[in-house]
Amino acid sequence: MVNKVYSDAKSALEGLTFDGMIVMSGGFGLCGIPENLIIALRDSGVSGITVISNNAGVDGWGLGLLLETKQIKKMVSSYVGENKEFARQFLAGELELEFNPQGTLAERCRAGGAGIAGFYTKTGVGTLVAEGKETKVFNGETYVLETGLVADLSIVKAWKGDEEGNLIFRKTARNFNPMMATAGKKCVAEVEILVPTGELDPDEIHTPGIYVDRIVKGAFEKRIEQRTVRQRESA
Amino acid sequence: MAWSREQLAQRAAKELRDGFYVNLGIGIPTLVANYIPQGMEVTLQSENGMLGMGPFPFDDEVDADLINAGKQTITALAKTSYFSSADSFAMIRGGHIDLSILGAMEVSDRGDLANWMVPGKMVKGMGGAMDLVAGVKRVVVVMEHTSKDGASKLLPACTLPLTGVNVVDLVITDLGVFAIDKAGAAPMKLIQLADGVTLEEITAKTAAPFEAALS
Repeated sequence: MVNKVYSDAKSALEGLTFDGMIVMSGGFGLCGIPENLIIALRDSGVSGITVISNNAGVDGWGLGLLLETKQIKKMVSSYVGENKEFARQFLAGELELEFNPQGTLAERCRAGGAGIAGFYTKTGVGTLVAEGKETKVFNGETYVLETGLVADLSIVKAWKGDEEGNLIFRKTARNFNPMMATAGKKCVAEVEILVPTGELDPDEIHTPGIYVDRIVKGAFEKRIEQRTVRQRESA
Repeated sequence: MAWSREQLAQRAAKELRDGFYVNLGIGIPTLVANYIPQGMEVTLQSENGMLGMGPFPFDDEVDADLINAGKQTITALAKTSYFSSADSFAMIRGGHIDLSILGAMEVSDRGDLANWMVPGKMVKGMGGAMDLVAGVKRVVVVMEHTSKDGASKLLPACTLPLTGVNVVDLVITDLGVFAIDKAGAAPMKLIQLADGVTLEEITAKTAAPFEAALS
């Protein structure tokens, strides 16, 4: 029987990393990022990585850790405004950057995992994003051709998982994780709670285990970027 | 005299209708949530994967797994649902969201929008803006009428890189409200002046062509 369960993030990445690889990394901002696997990827020393991720972390956390060590050659993202080191490397010409509209990025990952080579969308028609891309008119409206994305490795974060690799996400920490799990040639998932197979309700599984090659239970900091609260009215 | 940020948000809130599913952008558009009329049911979508966004949490309710598209901590409501980014943008791109209210750097009288990039400056990215303007049924822009150096942000053609072409339906500025026919059949119309603003003043400060259609 194939064992998908690994004892720690470092061993979960063993044999899966190489220089120049393409990595998909789940999360939106710092919410739902595979924080342990990002650290393990850094510690693996692999270089020249192309990272597909909606955002680029912040200074000192998330993908910001891989920027500090200059292990990232290129980012494919929709928004990178929260990271000073990112801006410095980009402006110095040390880092390549490909902006995708957020919905196009999500759909490119979904398509890649589903064996869809390309799809037409209205998003970005007439903008820089559509330059050099094929367009086609459907029902009188112009659409632009976008391609599916696949990665050598996807690293994702879920709330609960079982030994089979079935995953359940929590609240808005789901974001890009389910699509990215499907679009990696290999997928490693880190979870807060790892249970024996059979304990998750099959009706509530978001990502079926077929997409997940390895699973590891992590400890999480879950940093918050913009802690915003309201005050209770005094009684 | 012109409208304040709060007054801009109040005016934008008049575009809400009962039962609407709405996506609010960052900045003044976020304030619109404070002016949803009593008795009106409006469901806020957050493009990171949530429908039915509640208010900011009390200090002891903060949950790192529950944020809005501005990465602020937020709360859920009884009607809330969560979904992936692909499902979220299927909802947006598929025309299921009724209204998007967002900010802008420039808008043309044909409804072209520029709000994500200034050449020569560090570009943060378009996030979900291009998907929203391409897919949402009605797009309302809320912005200052002029830039800091006094230049009109309503133009015959945008000078900055575009977010979308023929996508804006209504522009609310601190000086007035303009309606745009995206199909291009009619010219842009000035339909309302802000408190204390004259037609002469707004005409002098608007580079884009428009017709006055004040009721």
